[in-house]
Amino acid sequence: MGPRFCRIQREDFDPAALQAAVATGDSAGAVVTFTGQVRRPVGDDSFSGLTLEHYPGMTERAIAAILDEAGERWPLLAIGVVHRIGELAPGASIVWVGAAAAHRGDAFAACEFTMDYLKTRAPFWKKEYRGSGARWVEARRGDDERAARWQRAAPMTTARTED
Amino acid sequence: MKVLFFASVRERLGSGECEFTGAALPPDLDTLRGALAARSDVYREVLAQPNLLCAVNQIVVHGNVALGPDDEVAFFPPVTGG
Repeated sequence: MGPRFCRIQREDFDPAALQAAVATGDSAGAVVTFTGQVRRPVGDDSFSGLTLEHYPGMTERAIAAILDEAGERWPLLAIGVVHRIGELAPGASIVWVGAAAAHRGDAFAACEFTMDYLKTRAPFWKKEYRGSGARWVEARRGDDERAARWQRAAPMTTARTED
Repeated sequence: MKVLFFASVRERLGSGECEFTGAALPPDLDTLRGALAARSDVYREVLAQPNLLCAVNQIVVHGNVALGPDDEVAFFPPVTGG
């Protein structure tokens, strides 16, 4: 595999620059990227943002293990993850995942797998702020179910497409 | 042995970290849990949370495992990043 990176940072990131970092060389027929943002619940005017805490050291290890597994499951040319920590306002970018492969099926699958596993295995915690109050976000069962989909079958093979 | 607490667990305990040394070193995770739970009602409640996660040397573990003086143990709630 070519470029592979994991960055945990307070600063914002530039998706165009990150895309360029995974789209190196001329053998990638597909680059799939995902950007997650701080979502204001519909109609929730009191929501003022969140803070993200992490476990330094374990977070990097957990993400490295996820990227290893993605690289074993799909023939990737590059893959990268950026995750922000600290205070984030509504609409701010939180997380970025990008995967490059010869064909789009592998790039789509690797990107989604990496996000699903990151949400359920990497030690980050969100705390939401509303008015003068704050509360820790509860883990969602739907996230566990999404991650579990990847465990049902043997490593996925995706249809080869000419793209 | 270093013991770390994160997120809601850290806030409830009012502590992010503590240290076990010498004669107080627990030989395994169950003993460590017991020693922490004996500190106060709040510790006992937090340690009894059914969804509490535990990592030893930055890898999530389930059940009891042996511990050594250089191990790093962490307790935290289910993760909510991404």
